[in-house]
Amino acid sequence: MAIQPTHSSRRILLPVKQWFILFSLAAGFFLNLIPLGHAIGVPDWVALVLAFWCVREPQRTGMGTAFVFGVLMDVAAGSVMGQHSLAYLLLAYAAAGLSRRILWFPLAQQALHVLPLLLATQLVMVITRLVVGADFPGWGYFLGSFTGALLWFPLTFVLLLPQYQPVEKDENRPI
Amino acid sequence: MSVVGHPPPPFFKRGPAPLARLAVFVLLSLALLVLDLKYRYLELARQGIAVALYPLQRAAYTPVDLYEHLGDYFSSLMAVQRENAQLKRKELETANWLLRQQHLDLENQRLRELLDMKAKQPVPGTLAEILYTARDPFSRRVIVDKGSQHSIAAGQAVVDEAGVLGQVTRVFPLQSEVTLITDKNQAVPVKILRNGLRTVLFGASDGQLELRFLAANADVQPGDLLVTSGLDGVYLPGLPVAKVVRVDRDAAYSFARIVCEPVAGVERHGQVLILGLREALPPQIEEAASRDKPVKGRRARKKE
Repeated sequence: MAIQPTHSSRRILLPVKQWFILFSLAAGFFLNLIPLGHAIGVPDWVALVLAFWCVREPQRTGMGTAFVFGVLMDVAAGSVMGQHSLAYLLLAYAAAGLSRRILWFPLAQQALHVLPLLLATQLVMVITRLVVGADFPGWGYFLGSFTGALLWFPLTFVLLLPQYQPVEKDENRPI
Repeated sequence: MSVVGHPPPPFFKRGPAPLARLAVFVLLSLALLVLDLKYRYLELARQGIAVALYPLQRAAYTPVDLYEHLGDYFSSLMAVQRENAQLKRKELETANWLLRQQHLDLENQRLRELLDMKAKQPVPGTLAEILYTARDPFSRRVIVDKGSQHSIAAGQAVVDEAGVLGQVTRVFPLQSEVTLITDKNQAVPVKILRNGLRTVLFGASDGQLELRFLAANADVQPGDLLVTSGLDGVYLPGLPVAKVVRVDRDAAYSFARIVCEPVAGVERHGQVLILGLREALPPQIEEAASRDKPVKGRRARKKE
């Protein structure tokens, strides 16, 4: 559980609310449902929000949430059952494992940590489908992860918004 | 619940270790994969979740719908008039054919009766609209707005005004999923209109089609029209499917590489017609099955 935006920050956040975590994941799911055809560079919002909460709150979100949203995504995308859930599971595991390390870094370097996680998620999906006998969707498919990593900045701001409290300066307080 | 990489002190009870949880969930996902692909047990669960997600999906479709209709709203009168003139001209062009159609149909029926052949069954169709392309980037599927509530069943053929579009592969109560003929795993039995050569058409990447397993010296030319042969019992015979674009004959391979282009607007959105299921073909002759068995046995013996 992180009580600061990053571990090196002096700012203290309010505790996160469980309903907001679920709501943001649901919002990401809704964004994923918007039919954009096979547009290149559209990030997987659920994976992105899931990675965010697994890094921020590894005790509140984890593999159970990842699995449930993965199954929902499988149905919504019309893909093979288990494809998204498998990829999201591994993402949740890796993000939670790296959580304490990632939060020490400023946002840009956090995004650099998240990029390989998102790429690995997509790679798991590609491997799952290629084993099953589908067509390779082209390298443009992986562009979505790069957009996702770029979105780490606004995402951090938006998802931490309910936890910010007004800054009160007190020179005598230690943090 | 414990955090990955940081085992809790043993005196706090916090559930199974992360790696154990991961193993359990991964096994569960793999089980889902196998159950779905190999046994198709999960269709019912999929339908249930799809029904629950339907309102959300329609809501997510709203911005796209709005964007498209906003475009319609601002499209100028000129464009509409141009389209109208084009349609009128097309109607006149086809009127000749249509007027003679009835006459030809009657004549055909009489001739068939004369030949004592089974009359071609008229097949009912359901008009549907393509809503959107499925998100899955590994396949080529679209979602149409008619489902099992409109008595659509998996396996029905889907056509548009130019030719065959695909086949219904999964039916939900209010929507159904159509696999386009350009999907890699979708095969259409066709014949070449010019010479009646029967073959099977497969989807290839980038929205094109491929005639596989035709000998390098097969009589195929660029420009040939491929129509359904009707041998599969799914598609009605004679529906236009694709046009041959390129034929590469390489002496190094025993098969020619034949690239085709779909006739129907496969990558376009709009109205489509879902044709009713055809009458079942007569059951396959038992002889073929019994003939296969000894062959298999012989192969097995060879391996030993």
